[in-house]
Amino acid sequence: MFLINCPFCGEREQSEFKAGGEAHIERPKQPTELSDDEWAEFLFMRKNIKGVQFERWNHAHGCRKWFNIARDTSNDQIKAVYKMGEKPPVK
Amino acid sequence: MKNKYSIFSLIKNAFSNHENWEKAWKDPEPKKEYDAIIVGGGGHGLATAYYLAKKHNMKNIAVVEKGWIGGGNTGRNTTIIRSNYLWDASAGLYDHALKIWEGLSQELNYNIMFSQRGVMNLAHNLQDVRDLKRRTHANRLNGIDAVYLNTEEVKKFCPIINTSQDIRYPVLGGTLQRRAGTARHDAVAWGYARGADEMGVDIIQNCEVKGIKRNGDTVEGIETTKGFIKTKKIGVVAAGHSSVLANMAGLKLPLESKPLQALVSEPVKPIIDTVVMSNAVHAYVSQSDKGELVIGAGTDDYISYSQKGSHDIVEGTLNAILELYPIFSRMRMLRQWGGIVDICPDASPIISKTSVKGLYFNCGWGTGGFKATPGSGDLFAHTIANDEPHKLNAAFNLNRFVSGDLVDEHGAAAVAH
Amino acid sequence: MSKNLRYKSSKLVDETYRISFKFNNKIYYGYKGDTLASALLANDVHLVGRSFKYHRPRGIMTAGSEEPNAIIQLHDNTSRTEPNVRATEIEIYEGLVASSQNCWPSVNFDIGGINNILSPILPAGFYYKTFMWPKSFWEKYEYFIRKSAGLGKSPKEADPDLYEHKYIHCDVLIIGAGISGIMAAKMAAKNGLKTLLVDEKSFLGGSTIYDNSEFSKINNQITSSWLEKEINEISKLENLEIKTRTSVAAFHGYNFLLARENLTDHLPINQRDNKIRHRLLKIRAKKVITATGAIERPLIFDNNDRPGILLSSAVKKYIDLYGVACGENNILFTNNDTAYETAMSLVQKGIKVNAIIDNREVIDSKLSYEVEKNNVRIFKGHTVVDTYGYKRINGLSIMELSKDGQKVIGKKIRLSCDSLGVSGGWTPAVHLFTQSGGKLKFREDDQVFIPNKYPSDQLSIGSCNGDLSLEEITTNTVLSVKKFLNINNIDYKSFEIITGIHKSKRNIWLLPSDKILGKTKSFVDYQNDATAKDIKLALREGFRSIEHVKRYTTTGMGTDQGKLGNMHALGIISETAGTKMGEHGTTTFRPPYTPLTFGTIVGRNVGEFFDIIRRTPIHDWHVANNAKFENVGQWKRAWYYPKENENMHQAVQRESKAARECAGILDASTLGKIDIQGTDASEFLNRIYTNAWSKLDIGKCRYGLMLNEDGMVYDDGVTTRLDENHYIMTTTTGGAANVLGKLEDYLQTEWPELDVYLSSVTDHFATISVCGPHSKKIVSKVIPDLDFSDEKFPHMSFKNTKIGQIKCKVMRISFTGEQSYEINIQSNYGKSVWEKCMEEGKDFNITPYGTETMHLLRAEKGFIIVGQDTDATMTPIDLQMDWIVSKKKYDFIGKRSLYRSDTIKDDRKQLVGLLTENPKEVLEEGAQIVADVKKSPIEMLGHVTSSYYSPNLNKSIALGVVKGGKKMLGQKLIIPMENKNINVTVADPVFLDKEGKRLNAKL
Repeated sequence: MFLINCPFCGEREQSEFKAGGEAHIERPKQPTELSDDEWAEFLFMRKNIKGVQFERWNHAHGCRKWFNIARDTSNDQIKAVYKMGEKPPVK
Repeated sequence: MKNKYSIFSLIKNAFSNHENWEKAWKDPEPKKEYDAIIVGGGGHGLATAYYLAKKHNMKNIAVVEKGWIGGGNTGRNTTIIRSNYLWDASAGLYDHALKIWEGLSQELNYNIMFSQRGVMNLAHNLQDVRDLKRRTHANRLNGIDAVYLNTEEVKKFCPIINTSQDIRYPVLGGTLQRRAGTARHDAVAWGYARGADEMGVDIIQNCEVKGIKRNGDTVEGIETTKGFIKTKKIGVVAAGHSSVLANMAGLKLPLESKPLQALVSEPVKPIIDTVVMSNAVHAYVSQSDKGELVIGAGTDDYISYSQKGSHDIVEGTLNAILELYPIFSRMRMLRQWGGIVDICPDASPIISKTSVKGLYFNCGWGTGGFKATPGSGDLFAHTIANDEPHKLNAAFNLNRFVSGDLVDEHGAAAVAH
Repeated sequence: MSKNLRYKSSKLVDETYRISFKFNNKIYYGYKGDTLASALLANDVHLVGRSFKYHRPRGIMTAGSEEPNAIIQLHDNTSRTEPNVRATEIEIYEGLVASSQNCWPSVNFDIGGINNILSPILPAGFYYKTFMWPKSFWEKYEYFIRKSAGLGKSPKEADPDLYEHKYIHCDVLIIGAGISGIMAAKMAAKNGLKTLLVDEKSFLGGSTIYDNSEFSKINNQITSSWLEKEINEISKLENLEIKTRTSVAAFHGYNFLLARENLTDHLPINQRDNKIRHRLLKIRAKKVITATGAIERPLIFDNNDRPGILLSSAVKKYIDLYGVACGENNILFTNNDTAYETAMSLVQKGIKVNAIIDNREVIDSKLSYEVEKNNVRIFKGHTVVDTYGYKRINGLSIMELSKDGQKVIGKKIRLSCDSLGVSGGWTPAVHLFTQSGGKLKFREDDQVFIPNKYPSDQLSIGSCNGDLSLEEITTNTVLSVKKFLNINNIDYKSFEIITGIHKSKRNIWLLPSDKILGKTKSFVDYQNDATAKDIKLALREGFRSIEHVKRYTTTGMGTDQGKLGNMHALGIISETAGTKMGEHGTTTFRPPYTPLTFGTIVGRNVGEFFDIIRRTPIHDWHVANNAKFENVGQWKRAWYYPKENENMHQAVQRESKAARECAGILDASTLGKIDIQGTDASEFLNRIYTNAWSKLDIGKCRYGLMLNEDGMVYDDGVTTRLDENHYIMTTTTGGAANVLGKLEDYLQTEWPELDVYLSSVTDHFATISVCGPHSKKIVSKVIPDLDFSDEKFPHMSFKNTKIGQIKCKVMRISFTGEQSYEINIQSNYGKSVWEKCMEEGKDFNITPYGTETMHLLRAEKGFIIVGQDTDATMTPIDLQMDWIVSKKKYDFIGKRSLYRSDTIKDDRKQLVGLLTENPKEVLEEGAQIVADVKKSPIEMLGHVTSSYYSPNLNKSIALGVVKGGKKMLGQKLIIPMENKNINVTVADPVFLDKEGKRLNAKL
């Protein structure tokens, strides 16, 4: 169980958080103009990276805020935590 | 022809102190080129190679495995085999597998210990009851032997379950598939490996794929830690690492790889003679032939390739185990471990061609791939050999994520995703 | 036979406190401080159990948690029974009853011993090669295999003991209170760090605490005395918490560790009630120091498993700590100097040591000369080739080793003994280190794996770090701990160490024999009966990875997890395959370090604490009025209220008739309620619901349907506009938390520009729904100040009002199709308002109804229940709810998915009504629907989602989903059941009052 440094509350147990999958997949602004393929790409297709992944987490049992972290999925080491809307830290 | 395994060959070999058993499979170095390469030496990959050689006469083929065969989810799962799935497509797929399981020891001349001790799924609330009844009716009409049991019948079939109606989530009923059961996971990998090897398949261990070479929309071969191997057909059966392989070929898949944990207790004399699964309180348990209680926990909600899950998941599972089996409180956990499972949005697998010619994927089995091993291998072999899916795996194509024609089996999957 | 092998003046045992216990139905005596193993040995009992596969007699082999053989059943046939308990770990107590396992009829005469005779045809993995004929017989073979497998017996009763969890946060956790752990604890605590020191034993000092000979000194004091002073000193340190009988089970990432503190297992059985048995410590440590010591290796030779064969260090431990000799005629067999310490401990107490067999040709330590002086014969360059004695060793034969150690030469010499101590050197206990993700490296000189790369802020010290001599331990501990903790205030200056032993060792993984290997039984894994020849067989058959060999031979898969044998397995593999150690992997040490009781892991989360129970503010009333309850998520909802002898069906018929004919009252408090505020609240609702919200007037309510992004129905409920920028949304009971989570997700991550604030107010309000033709009269009496006229308070509108002084919100909304009012009031007034409604409704036959009746009433109206009439495959179009999907809105969650090639098909499964040919026949929910029962394979068109007998319509009604059902109105279909086919007709899903007249009906 890792420790996550919530940008709003500080370091907390992972069990307080909920994972939200890959980050920086923006919901299309004009979904109706997408082909079925393009829509499926947004809806289902994921990089599912082994290595440093940017991903969304929610402090579900805390401040309820969403934020992003960069985590190495091969060993679960967290490299960085950053707020929604912020650019991912360079690898 | 390899040594045939039997009690007679055991006795015969006893006289020579078992010095003369042959290798179950060779450990060859890769050739320069194969007609097809299967990436991933788990049960599904080895079965695929076996059926390619056996049913499609493709013998110049190889299985490449990053570590040792059967060392991934094949050797880490809780070995439950059943086919009581809801949708026609799934029922067809999993029952095809179950039928092969029923004769597999003899076919492979390797005792994979398929033990049809029955699998029971419990209902703990009224919606569970409706869902399980719905599934049982569908199973029956699909020719799958499932029956619905009321609480007393559940108790009768597995007397150690706490069926008191005063517990937090009392058992309201359940389903039973008697043909379902368990098998010896390692033996499945080893038996298929031995069988494939005998037909000339090269099983190449400690050979990690580093790249998939494409020429335009066609595959040309794989880059590995043992060099480049040329081929026109690549079947990827890499479970939790499927996306990693897909990314090498420039594809994305609708998968997330998550930790799934399991544990065993210390071995004890027979105490539970069937497999009991409970989706609602999240506990499933069986007892191995060695006597260990084999307990499956759930997945974590984050992507990880670390083969480690969080302790909360194990704790939650054991909470549920003690809720249903208070007598196990003084039993002890001997070992826990994790695997990486590749989960599809609809909890159904992908056995499919891709947009790249000659590249095929068999993945997305999530938490329940073991049960399908022989069927999956058979159908994937068909798909690779004919460049065309078999009718039993046609529904499990990649295009369903575009069209929306999903095969939603969340209700029938063992682990609530 | 019962000899007394107890000698005076031991370290741990209190000879004034005698304890009686039972083993295999015989009464024995021991002393306070004894383990079951030491007490049995004192009574000259070695035969304790039978092995897993061959049922060979086995005795006590170790003095610690690595014990593979001496595992017993405690308190058989009682609620406190426990299988597979290590006799070496259990401290004896008054009332202890233990028995041997895996033997029948007794440990002395065990029928299963036949397996030992059959062993030539039972090599590793034999079961993969046989039991395949005839095909149908596997389950019969398996029955006997299962019966003979397993070790102890599972308890059959619920556990009377209590367990709990405790969270601990500390600066430094030190695992193991041997010499290095004690030194580290002193350094840490004296430098102001909050330190926790844990040890699995009941005493501190590890194995150094009995390093009590004249030949081992630190700064001129006998080592054990020096350590005792250190222990004395640290026990007074304020920053240091010490926990004994506390075993670290798991070392997870981010320095999260689990430890089991054993609180009552050593107490007399009659003193355990109402006490916590184990406490699971969940430790988050800023830094972890692992000081878990080393485990002595056995030696691998033919018949190395007989009762009476122990680790040499165990022999020493038993005499020094417990004053117990393992035999009267001892022999030691070693490849290093530590066995000479054992010999000294024995001879100093006057116990006979016949001989020491030493692999090495040159032995040159002070202690060895000292031992020789005491008339112990030393066989240099020799090895044991066989042992004798079935239930207890009575002798052995030795031969000389060739120069290269690969062969034996010369003549066989037979020696007699009743105890053999073996020492194959030491293996650093790196289990926890590797569990944490640490990587090992192999040290060639003495053939050990030691920590290489730390995955977290941690350090290994002492012998678990490969520092096996006293000099290395003391010096390196100070240096590395100082650096690791970044501290300066160190008491330790330099150490003057005197030791009688050298580090030299002659490591031979598999000792040669005069027999061919195939005829030997040289055990590598004692518990599972995996021998050296099994490992070689596995290699011959092509299994090369250690994991393959381990699984094929079951080496290391026993309850001791291979603590003794894994190194030898690796050694034999690399020797046979001609590869380097570690090349085939090192096997993964999986948690827990020692088995952990399920009850301990679960703690208090059992029984009533298994899961939170959510009860509505009106719950007590329901209980008092005989309600039956249904679990909905974590909520307890009133299901129905049977009167006297009513069954559920009768109660539901009565309740639903009353609701339509007079008045019904429902506790709807469990529905999720989300307060939505902000200037963009309307726009927000537009985006999350399928229908349009901008034009909803203040004070009005609207039903909404929420989809997943994949277009499938996710949740539904009524949302009310309280003010310009203020809404209250209701969700399904089970969906409340997820809906809030989803809304927050979109709000924060996709639409941060929207000015909207969400908060869950589910628990703030009690919700009382009064419906039926008399409902208006009743609520008018409950809230006399409010104008309930249809003009002022029409359907789908809302009023702020007061009951007495208490503010409440009243919505006129209906899930039953009847005129219906929903009173929302602060939770703590819920029950009194409910009672008030009951009181005022008495004259109108107001009838409380539960969820079952609610389901029936809404089904009569064709209203869906998300999750019952839908699964994750139903779009609103499939539900025939096209009317709620806005065509004008540019976008909403899930909209795009409704236009995919599959979702636009018109033959998808669609919601329809179903009427049975026989109106009395009620369909089974979940039953499948077909058009043609003769077709093969049969084609299932859909299934029954909801089904009831409607007392208001006097017939059976059902909802179902049917492929292309929209166009099938009036068509006949079949429900094929196990024993019959039921004919149904497809109908409009709205069975009652399609026009909605009842919403405004006047009586």
